[in-house]
Amino acid sequence: MNVAVAVDDKVRYEARPSAGEAGPATKRVVVGYGFWVFLLSDIVMFSAIFAAYAVLNHATAGGPSGVQLFNQRSVAIETGCLLASSYTCGLMSLAIGSRRYAATYWAALITFVLGALFLALELREFAGMIAIGAGPQRSAFLSAFFTLVGCHGLHVTAGLVWLVVMMAQVAVKGFRQTVERRLLCFSLFWHALDIVWVWLFTVVYLMGVLS
Amino acid sequence: MNLLGKLDWSAIPLDQPIIMGASGGMVLVIVAILSWVTLKGYVPYLWREWITSVDHKRIGIMYIILALIMLLRGFADAIMMRAQQAVAAGGAQGYLPPEHFDQIFSAHGTIMIFFMAMPFVIGMMNFVVPLQLGVRDMAFPTLNSVALGLTASGILLTNISLAVGEFSKAGWVAYPPLSELQYSPGVGVDYYLWALQISGVGTLMTGINFVATVLKTRAPGMSYMRMPVFCWTSLAANLLIVAAFPVLTATLAMLLLDRYLGFHFFTIDGQGNAMMYVNLFWVWGHPEVYILVLPAFGIFSEVVSTFSGKPLFGYRSMVAATMAICVLSFIVWLHHFFTMGASANVNGFFGVMTMIIAVPTGVKVFNWLFTMYGGRIRFTVPVLWSIGFMVTFVIGGMTGVLMAVPPADFQLHNSLFLIAHFHNVIIGGTVFGLMAGYNYWFPKAFGFKLDERWGRISFWCWLIGFYVAFMPLYALGLMGMTRRMQHYDVASWQPWLVAAAVGVVIILAGIVSQVIQLVVSVRDRDRLKVTADPWNGRTLEWATASPPPAWNFAVLPQVRDLDALWNKKQRERTQAQPAQERKFEPIEVPKNSATGFIVAFFSVVAGFAMIWHIWWMAGVGVIGIFLTMLAFAFRDEEEIEIPAEQIARFERANPVEIAV
Amino acid sequence: MTDTQYDRAPGDASALPDVEQGASSGVLVYTIGLGLAVGLTALSFWVANTSLLWVGGISLGLTVLAIAQMGVHLVFFLHVTTGPDNTNNVMALAFGVLIVALVVVGSLLIMADLNDSMMPAPELMNLQMQH
Repeated sequence: MNVAVAVDDKVRYEARPSAGEAGPATKRVVVGYGFWVFLLSDIVMFSAIFAAYAVLNHATAGGPSGVQLFNQRSVAIETGCLLASSYTCGLMSLAIGSRRYAATYWAALITFVLGALFLALELREFAGMIAIGAGPQRSAFLSAFFTLVGCHGLHVTAGLVWLVVMMAQVAVKGFRQTVERRLLCFSLFWHALDIVWVWLFTVVYLMGVLS
Repeated sequence: MNLLGKLDWSAIPLDQPIIMGASGGMVLVIVAILSWVTLKGYVPYLWREWITSVDHKRIGIMYIILALIMLLRGFADAIMMRAQQAVAAGGAQGYLPPEHFDQIFSAHGTIMIFFMAMPFVIGMMNFVVPLQLGVRDMAFPTLNSVALGLTASGILLTNISLAVGEFSKAGWVAYPPLSELQYSPGVGVDYYLWALQISGVGTLMTGINFVATVLKTRAPGMSYMRMPVFCWTSLAANLLIVAAFPVLTATLAMLLLDRYLGFHFFTIDGQGNAMMYVNLFWVWGHPEVYILVLPAFGIFSEVVSTFSGKPLFGYRSMVAATMAICVLSFIVWLHHFFTMGASANVNGFFGVMTMIIAVPTGVKVFNWLFTMYGGRIRFTVPVLWSIGFMVTFVIGGMTGVLMAVPPADFQLHNSLFLIAHFHNVIIGGTVFGLMAGYNYWFPKAFGFKLDERWGRISFWCWLIGFYVAFMPLYALGLMGMTRRMQHYDVASWQPWLVAAAVGVVIILAGIVSQVIQLVVSVRDRDRLKVTADPWNGRTLEWATASPPPAWNFAVLPQVRDLDALWNKKQRERTQAQPAQERKFEPIEVPKNSATGFIVAFFSVVAGFAMIWHIWWMAGVGVIGIFLTMLAFAFRDEEEIEIPAEQIARFERANPVEIAV
Repeated sequence: MTDTQYDRAPGDASALPDVEQGASSGVLVYTIGLGLAVGLTALSFWVANTSLLWVGGISLGLTVLAIAQMGVHLVFFLHVTTGPDNTNNVMALAFGVLIVALVVVGSLLIMADLNDSMMPAPELMNLQMQH
């Protein structure tokens, strides 16, 4: 729409201009990129909490340590839930790309259920730890553990709420461009949470039970 | 359960005449302004054109207004501290009791960094960057408005603390264990934490917005190496925001968990580690210094080049230096706590890195000098600020390099030498830069220049006042005076502190001159009226009307080189151009949105409720924010179209000399 | 109108319409990703629990596996490529990874060093714990 009117502009670009000179990018690229940058900042926030956890890892103040608390079987199931939900989220992106409503709803539903299952398992783990007196107030190690894992859990919760809102938007507004852009951001968010979880189960649960 | 949490009438310090006088005066001024606005019937105009505006220019101006008001507030704190230290020598206690003095220095630091310098810098970038990029708005206009609202919320909470409750007494860095519940049981630290958390989220949004804007929305033809230097420094500063502010958010969140839920991150019991707070705080804190000063560097580059009538010397080295600083600023943070007990190896490494970061900064200084060399310099007010900056900032930088030597730092740490150093770089760098930018871009924002004479007076007052106020602090630091002293016994310090107080009065004269400058300029606005390009500028913001229309550019500029406007002017001069009838097309601009205002309202509610432990009200605030965002997500119309005739009419009324 | 841009939103499989993939190849990419991720996860759990490996190397091994798995997620789920249309996305990612590494590694080194200099020796700590 914005044709330049520079009169003396005799230079014609032979080929298509590179992205750096082509003028403002499309809305989808701008939105996706902005969200990408947000995710990076979110991961930097996680890195600060990771650093705190790593520093306070052995500060158990005489209380229980990771070896005594962590249940690997539960963590493995949680990991499976998240990986599978990441996969179904990918399938949802494909369904959105080809504008299939039913497939989108189904993929979203499975993603939601798997995410909710993950949360339920995590909450059960938290409740079990608090019940035996290993709550976050017990020691610096447990404070850091609950904050780190809980922060990821909060992100998953936010993702589930977001997913519900998005499905409502698809139902009300259909696949219009704003909705599609937001769904793109959601899938970025969901995959990024998976990457955070990879580091979580590696650093917290697996390295935590090495002695 | 108490419905109002910890809040009751004892929260209002009725027995403290100074506080009640100050807050009473503040409330009176606010009530007076609000009733004047209401009586004059300006409310609908303000609501329609400013509060709900998502136009980057309006938002930028509102940021700067907030910053200027906070400059007055923070400066009042400075005067009180200087007055206290000028009299509280020997056995004297001065007029401020310790618990009040502690609040004042904490508030001064917090306000000046977070609520004066940051909004000023962000406001300047907001106004200028999209214009320089030759585009119509930021990447995310409504997000921009929300970010402004959250910054304003943080500012409001900090100022409420003056009248209701107290502010932090733990300094602007709030180191634990002092800032933990055990040693700071009052609400002061909570005010500090929530104000910074809320405004920090806003700052992060701004950072994301600018990174996306600069990297993804530029005028056609503007490759990276054709971007004005201010856009580069803004990009670097916002990359730093995106990378550093999340660390602050996480750190303050940990302290909040300690205080509210009995966690043990930084406590003494439960094997918490207070040193981790210091470490993480400065992981954010050092990049923050460059977030503040890099945009100022960009402003000086534009000013020096424009008023020397020459392209910037060493554009590429300037860009390289900026990006080098952007990365290096993340590996120097330990120099803020050399004395915390790290080994010589670690201290040595960070000391060397700190000295290395002075190199790209030195490159910049030489570039500015070489730009001026051989140029036909016009000594306008922005140029005065720039020259003042070059001298002052180099002194500040060199005292910084001095303190980067760990053994020297063991002597100078937390002494007034440090205070003098960082004021030397923040005032001499950031504030001078912002004043230069304020004078430089004011005509673009409002269509008339600022009065030159009062501008000069204010500059000289600031410059002389600065030296008189802070050079004595260097001496005092070497004499062993530490920071944050409510009173002291060494009588020989007093003359220096009296001199510093005189300096602050001279700076006050500078600020008063600036207020007068503004009033005089508004009065004489017809005489000072300008067209699109008052300074014979080089970059695209001067290629549109002053003030620019909502759509910035009727036709997006086609950029062919660096200094796009300047080179275009040169080409036009050599080849006569036939007058060309320009064709206009309708332009879509983002629709106004009250989202920012409503989110800000609910976040003040939530923040205030959290500070006073009013849990139900915090719930109301959070749900309010969520519902507001939901309503925004479901709105149907996102843009409005401005018809071509309206654009054509505007362009006829405000002809631009050169269309790029 | 300049609609031909070599630029792609993060997470999008392709920006150019002429290389539009069919849904089946999309499913294939996600399925390969899932398979690799599950395999790497299983390997991680095995490494952490086996007694076959040298104990000192296990942490390093787990870190390598996590990095590999992160790569799998980025390539197969987030469609990060080295193509010119992805430059900005990769640059931003690289910057983020650099910052994360600096924050985590720097903090750990600094705090370990501070602990060495400031904290009492481990035996002393244990004595304090026991009373």
